[in-house]
Parts: sequence; C-alpha cells; structure tokens
Amino acid sequence: MSVSEQTPVLECRNLCISYFTRAGEIPAVVDFNLKLMPGEAHGIVGESGCGKSTVALAIMNYMGKNGGIVGGEILFEGRDMRTMSGEELRRIRGSKIAMVYQEPMASLNPSMKLGEQLAEVPIYHEGVSREQAIERSQKMLASVRLPDPQRIMNSYPHQISGGQQQRVVIAMALLSNPKLLLLDEPTTALDVTVEAGIVELIKEISAKFGTSLIYISHNLGLILETCSRLTVMYSGEAVESGDIGTVFTKMRHPYTRGLFSSIPVPGADKNMRPLRSIRGQLPLPFARPTGCYFGPRCDHFVAGRCDQGILPMLPVESGSSHFVRCVRFNEIDWSRATTRSDQHAPIETGAIVLNVSDMSKHYTIESGSAVLLGAKKTVKANERITFRAREAETIAIVGESGCGKSTFAKVLMGLEGATNGKVQLGDVDLANLPVQRRSENVISRLQMIFQNPFDTLNPSHSVGSQISRVIRKFGVERDPAKVEERVNQLLDIVKLPRDFAKRRPRQLSGGQKQRVGIARAFAGDPKIVIADEPVSALDVSVQAAVTGLLTDIQRENRTTLLFISHDLSVVRYLADRIIVMYLGKIMEKGTTEEIFSPPYHPYTEALLSAVPIADTSVKKRKIVLTGEIPSPSNPPPGCPFCTRCPYVMKGICDTQVPPQREMAPRHVIACHLDEATLRAMQPVITIEPREMEAELVAGGA
Amino acid sequence: MAAITSIPVSPPPLSILKILQQPRSLIVLVLLMWLPLMLNVMLAGSISETVRPYLLLPAIPSALILYGVGVLSWRESPIAIIGLTLIFFWLIVAVSVPFLPLVDPNKPIAPFAPIGAVKNNHYFILGADFKGRDMLARTLWGCQRVLVWGVTATLVAYLVGCIFGLVAGYLGGWWDQVISFIANVLLSFPVMVLFILIMNYLGASGFNIVIAVTFASAPAIMRIVRGLTFDTKNRDYIFAAQTRGEHPLRIMIYELLPNARGPIIVDACLRLGYTTVAITTLTFLGLGLQPPDPDWGLMIKEAANVAKSPQFAYMLLIPALSVSSLILGFNLIADGLREMSLRD
Repeated sequence: MSVSEQTPVLECRNLCISYFTRAGEIPAVVDFNLKLMPGEAHGIVGESGCGKSTVALAIMNYMGKNGGIVGGEILFEGRDMRTMSGEELRRIRGSKIAMVYQEPMASLNPSMKLGEQLAEVPIYHEGVSREQAIERSQKMLASVRLPDPQRIMNSYPHQISGGQQQRVVIAMALLSNPKLLLLDEPTTALDVTVEAGIVELIKEISAKFGTSLIYISHNLGLILETCSRLTVMYSGEAVESGDIGTVFTKMRHPYTRGLFSSIPVPGADKNMRPLRSIRGQLPLPFARPTGCYFGPRCDHFVAGRCDQGILPMLPVESGSSHFVRCVRFNEIDWSRATTRSDQHAPIETGAIVLNVSDMSKHYTIESGSAVLLGAKKTVKANERITFRAREAETIAIVGESGCGKSTFAKVLMGLEGATNGKVQLGDVDLANLPVQRRSENVISRLQMIFQNPFDTLNPSHSVGSQISRVIRKFGVERDPAKVEERVNQLLDIVKLPRDFAKRRPRQLSGGQKQRVGIARAFAGDPKIVIADEPVSALDVSVQAAVTGLLTDIQRENRTTLLFISHDLSVVRYLADRIIVMYLGKIMEKGTTEEIFSPPYHPYTEALLSAVPIADTSVKKRKIVLTGEIPSPSNPPPGCPFCTRCPYVMKGICDTQVPPQREMAPRHVIACHLDEATLRAMQPVITIEPREMEAELVAGGA
Repeated sequence: MAAITSIPVSPPPLSILKILQQPRSLIVLVLLMWLPLMLNVMLAGSISETVRPYLLLPAIPSALILYGVGVLSWRESPIAIIGLTLIFFWLIVAVSVPFLPLVDPNKPIAPFAPIGAVKNNHYFILGADFKGRDMLARTLWGCQRVLVWGVTATLVAYLVGCIFGLVAGYLGGWWDQVISFIANVLLSFPVMVLFILIMNYLGASGFNIVIAVTFASAPAIMRIVRGLTFDTKNRDYIFAAQTRGEHPLRIMIYELLPNARGPIIVDACLRLGYTTVAITTLTFLGLGLQPPDPDWGLMIKEAANVAKSPQFAYMLLIPALSVSSLILGFNLIADGLREMSLRD
C-alpha cells in the first residue's frame, strides 16, 4: 500500500488558533498545515513564542478558557476533532493521543506511587483488572529501559531521577498504545547524556510500536536525530516544511537559513567564521507586519512584494512535499554564501591571571535529624581542581548537573570558602577569602554573568540603576553625569538602545535581559568574568548574538572568560581550553582541539556523542550511557564515572583513584585506561564531505 | 550581530494623572492627608485651639485627589474601586468632619430621640443615643480615631514584622531559629488574651493599642516576609549583589524588600481590617480608647445594654455597620489588588 492511500493519523488543514484576551483576539497560530502518516515522526521547530506548543495543545484540544480554534480543521484518523463530542474527545485523549511534557515532575502526581499512576491508564481506558494493569505497567517500564521496574512501581516520583521520571511519563503515554504521541520539548530539562538515552528510546518507540510522533523542540539537532519530516515555525506560521534531509540541506526560506547559520556546528569558529544571528526581534503577536512576518528581519526583503497580503505556502517544485512560505524563494540565489560577518584574528592570550591549584570544596551534611546526631556525610563538591587561566583566554568548564561547576563559581566569587588548596588571583589567595573581606579592587576584578535571564535582574529596579550601582560601588565613576554616560556606553557596547536605562526588566525580552546582565558584569572593568551558562536559556538566534557580544567585549577588554556550560557545541565554538568535570572532579582538560579529537576520556567521548548536532554531514559514533549520574553525596570511591563507563575495569576503576595521564603538554586525562588504549580511540564526530549547493556553514574559501 | 536600531522615542506629554501617579507625588499627597489627621487625633490636647481648626484644611483636597487618582488607576477592577470608595468615604469624612454642619458630638440634647425625630430644635437624622447625643455627629467623628489608630498600629506592626522577617529569612541560621521561636510563642497565645494582657499591664491608651496590635500581628507578618525572603534570596540578582560585596542590610532593604511588596500590600489591606476589628473590640471591652470622645467601639459598648430592646437597636447597628463598611473596604481593596496582580 502506498503512503498516499493510507489515512493520515493526523491532519491539520489551514488551522488557525487564537487566544482571546483583554487586548482583543491574539492569533497564536495562523494557517497551519500538517499531514502525519502512521509511524511517521514529524518535528516542529521554532523559537519561543512561535506557536509550536499551541499546535500541540490544539491537537489535544486543551486550549484553556481563552483559546480556541478559529479556522481550519484537525482531522484525527480522518474525522474532524472539532465536531466530536466532549465524551468522544475524552476517550481519544490519553488512549489514542498521548502527550509528554517538558517538565516530568509536573506530569506526575507527587503523592501517588508510580505503579498506581501507571495502572490507572489501562484501568480507566480499557477497563482491565488491577492485576493486569499492574502487570502491563511493569512490562512497559521495562520496555522504556528502566532498571528494576518492581522498585520503580513502588516509588514516589521524587524518589527517582529526572531522566527516570521522563521515562516513566513516556511509559505512561505508551501504556494505552496511542496512535499519536506528542512530545513537547521532552528532554529540555535533562542532562545531555540522559537526553541521549531518551532520544534513543523515542526512536525505538516509533519503530517498535508504530506510533506516530510529533516532536516539538527548539533544538534542530534533536529533530534531525528523531524525525523524518519537519516544520519550521516562525511567529505563529509554518514557514517551511519538508523532509528532514531536504530542509537541512536545501532550505528555501530565509528564516530557516538564518536559524541554521546561528547555531554552532563543527566548523564554526569565533574568530574566522563567527555565527550570524538574525537581526531584530520576533514581532509581538498583535504587532505582526502585513505580508511576510519575517519581512522586517529578512535580508531579501523587497518592499511591495513581501509586505502585501497573506502569503500562501508554496511547493518548491510542483508536486514536491517541500513547502515554503516565501514569495521570492525562486529569486534568491541560495548558492551564494550569506553575507559574511566580520572575521577577526585569534585573540593572543597573555600572562596567567588565575591559578587554581588542588582546590577542594567539601560540604558536611548531617544525615538524619539534628536531635539524633546522625552520622555526618561529606559531599565532595569539588575535588582537587587544578588549572590556570591566562589573560584574554576563554576557558570552558563543561559538565552535567551535580558536577560541581556552580560550587566552583561560588568559591571563586567568595560566597563559599574552599576546604583545601589555593585560588590565586594575581598575588591574592581567594580560596578562603569571603567576599566581605575582599577589597573593592579584588571584587571588581571578578564578576559573573548568570544563567537565567529572568532571574539575573532585580524586577523592582530600572535597568540603568542596576548598572550604575555597579559603577558607583566599584568607584569607576562617582560624578552622576559621568555615571550616566558610562551606563550609556555600556548599553552601546551590548547593543541596546540607550533609553533602555529607564526601563524595568519586565519590559525586556530574555535576550535583552541577558545583555543587560553582561553590561552589568562588565561595568566594573573586570579582569575575569565567570559566565554560568549565559546562553542556555536563550533562543538560538539570540544565543548567537550573545556569544558574539561576549567575544567582542573580550577582544576589546582582554578579559578572561570562565565559561561554564553543558552545551558542547557552544563550548567548541567559544572556548580556547576546556575542562571536563564529572561529580566534582576534572576528568579531562586540554585545548578545544585536544578535547574534541582522540584520545578522549571515556566520559568526554560519551558527552561528545550525546550532543545533538544539526548538521546532516556530521556522523557520530553512538555511545549511549546507561544509568544515571550518581548522587554527589555518595560517589563511587574510585573513578566517579565507573558506574556508567563502557570501558570499566572491575576491581580497578571502582576502587582506585585514576592516575592523571598527560597525553600532550597540558592535555590531561584522569583514567585507568593505559595510554595506548586511549590513543587508539576513534574520533566520535566525523564530518563527511557533502555536496552542498549553498556553502552556508563552511563559507566561501 | 543583531543590529538594534535605536528608535528615538519622544516622551509622551505627561498628563496630570501621570504626574500624580508618580510615587513622589503620591507620597506627598498621602503625607498631606495623613499628618494633619494623625496630629489631630494623637496630640489633640497639645495643639492650641487657634491652630486646630485649620490643621485639617490641606488634608481635604489631598484626600479628594488621592481618591480620584485611585479610581482612575484601578478602573480595571470594580471590586477594588468599591473598596476604595468605602475607605475614602470614611477618610474624607475624617478630614472634613470639623467643617461639616454638625452639632457637638458630646453635647446631650434629647435622650432616646428616634431616627428622623425633631426634638429641642434639632433634627436627628440618625437619632440620638441614650444620653441624647446626636448619633450622626458621633458616628462621623468616631471614624477619626478608628482610622488613625488602626492604620498606625498596622504600620508599626508591619515595620517590626518586616525587619524581623527579613533578618530571619535572609540571614537564616541562628537568627532564624531564635526569631521564629519567639514568633511561634507569640502566635500560640489566643490573640484576645494577648491583647487583654498587654492592655491591662500597660494601661488603656491609643499608643498601647499600637503596642498590643504589634505584638499580635508582627509574628504573622514576620512569617510572611520570611517566606517571601526565602523565595527571593536564591535568585541570581541577590547572588549578583552578594558577589558585588554589598552589605547584607542593603541587600535586605534594597534588593529583597521591594520584591516582596505585592503580597505584603495585599496582606496589609486585610490586616488593616483585622486591626480595626481588634481596636473596636478592645474599646468595647473598655480597654482601648476612653470616653467621652466618640469612637465606634465605645458607641457599641455604651449602646449594648440599651439596644436590647428592638426600637433602640439603631444605636448599636449604626456604629457596627460603620465598622463593617470600613473593614469591607479594606478587604475589597485586598481582593482587587490580588486580582489585578494575577492578571499581569
């Protein structure tokens, strides 16, 4: 039977969804089309606010009080869902359509044992007996590769880790054997190595159960790994849809192209091939331009054509399944490289400014109640951290949650004292110098950029007053007029309009807030800036702008950047040297080049393999780690990675602390594997040469 | 690099409403209204009789303007506007009562004159009490004392509660344990017992009401502020202030407190109503403000015996309804504020 004869599991025809607020009707999704065949996986990708989650909610018919479908139809197995009764919809939801949300903890009832919650699904939807339901739940838990299903059935949600919770949620969704599974950013809250496992599982599901998937994500790399077709959304519209391979290599919409050139893929380089962000901002839903919504940000905008009427989705070639919402896609020369952003000579690093030697930070926690004087436990948050940072150098500290990177930042900033070792900034030892006892001069040399843009600014004070406070505090300027001038300069540096100084943080978008955070960090002319995941909460196109900004300021001020991140793509793009941490210990350190090519530490190898890369020419060796990250309060006595390591040698790795092997000058791997084995490792990421009609990434010579 | 073009935004012409909505003008207006009223009530004896009649003059326009600004800024919430109207009715009465054509509230004219009666050349709109004093004059004069002492007591309780809440929440550790323990002990007393203990020990006066209310309310306020502080103190901007080497006092007052203001203001409105009840009850029990000056609690107390017969129930109902309307006003404002904060 050919595909065209089958009934699609789901079909959206010219779907329009609006929210009704006090400000009037706000169209959230406009003219959305989608056809999903049985067993097919369809990705929806777009930045925050583009309406991708609204589509999922509309399919679930779960729009809330103020949302509604105002046009078009949603056909589920050929029947229009809008005409179904409430009773019918209820039966379909959860049994034929299931959804997995971003935050697993929010999807599980915290006061019910997991077994009970899982068993409810078949009991409610199929009316099977309790024993049968329990048995089926247990089988399903095993098939989502959860170890020891028996134990998990008897646990409460908070007793298992985030990755396991998400597996339980997926199991729950699969229990009713749905025809359609909606996944809304299912791995965004998880660590990369855990994410890789879930992605693997999702791929298995569609193969094993024949379930159709709609995978919603902001991450193009994940979509590439999981889906066969893709819709790119922008400001409530689908702008391009087609097969993954076609869209990834022969994109025909300027927005898609902009999106691709703003993500760091192997080959991008902060000096020679800087990323290009898309200029401007996403229009607000009630202030969309006429014609093409992307028009004002597009390099190929032609007045009189792009700003007229409502644009239809056009097939790229007649009869092809590749559609694009652009009137000029035939006129744009797609083979020409996009306008190049400025190239720079690499930054020359200078003298050593920060010298961390054998720094350890242990916390003592009392287990049991204070009354019983229970045994004290030591959490080794940082264990013998040693590295040096030079002037104008970017050092990335990479690791997943619980690896101790935040503790390290706290010690450096003087909010915690180190247990052992030294942290030398110039001739001052910071290891046990709390911030209250540091001189103004020392404090101003060390500043920080924070992860969450919505948390980094005090919502009660204006942007200007928050920046000027730093200026006055560190005595850069004292005269009010000069302080204001300096605030304006800083806003110029971070490319924000000057009148933002009077604004409140809530009037700013996430990317703008992060820029203000950067301006604040640089207000006191710091020598070292610690950036704790500064871009991980931002949309990709904004990410590119912020990373670009950081490099520009660094080049100008010769600041040392300590870049804490879990995202190896960004790290590869930005960092000169990389430190890979796991459970408080350094696993491997070296230059970016050394970290990304063999010899690897087994953990680095797995980490590299786990990072999704949005590039069809990249081939990765698959290493999926089993198990979860052990609790930092109870790490294995030997190598902390031994519980998940594919190369583990029983009796050695789990008992003895691994030796530091210096593979090259300043390239250190802490591993029991002998040098020959390490050197014999194969590269994880290989780039296959491909015929690309548009040399987007590699650029012209 | 995203090129963000700076769009020159000319500041829109400031309307009078916009100017009045500025925090600075609001503070000036509130002070203009509040200080004369407070002086008038608290230091009634020590103000010379030549000044006293003019003291409240600036308060009248201020109260009217504040009411107008309030209505215009909260027009999206009808509930808040009803509350505001109730409160400002009494506030405007409080500041303008010396200038209203009323008889002396303490002068006996015709005992037990019913509502609408004309006796001894006086038209009793709301009747007279058992001593023959005009109920209307007493009710309108009575709001001054309830409002001033109620608001003052709540403000002082908030000041104390916020300080301890911030210290306990932000510094944590021993500070938190000691402060929370004391608060728990105070919270474990029945409120009325606590009031009666304090008032009996210190004696009945307006200032002692403030102390009693503070003891009763501050622990609960401290718990709220402590909770809000716990919530906020792990935010990155607090972390940023700490790494800037800011003094803990500055972090508490400048960085933490403004972000707790939403729930605090809502709670303060509810607590104002609660304090009004408390003051009226204390006065009713004979522990609060003393006769002969009119006061709602006092009026209820004095009428309590007489009002047992239904035809004299108005002596009790009028002050009781006045208290209720004021409390209802505070509660409705609290509701409206909460509703408005949820919308944005």
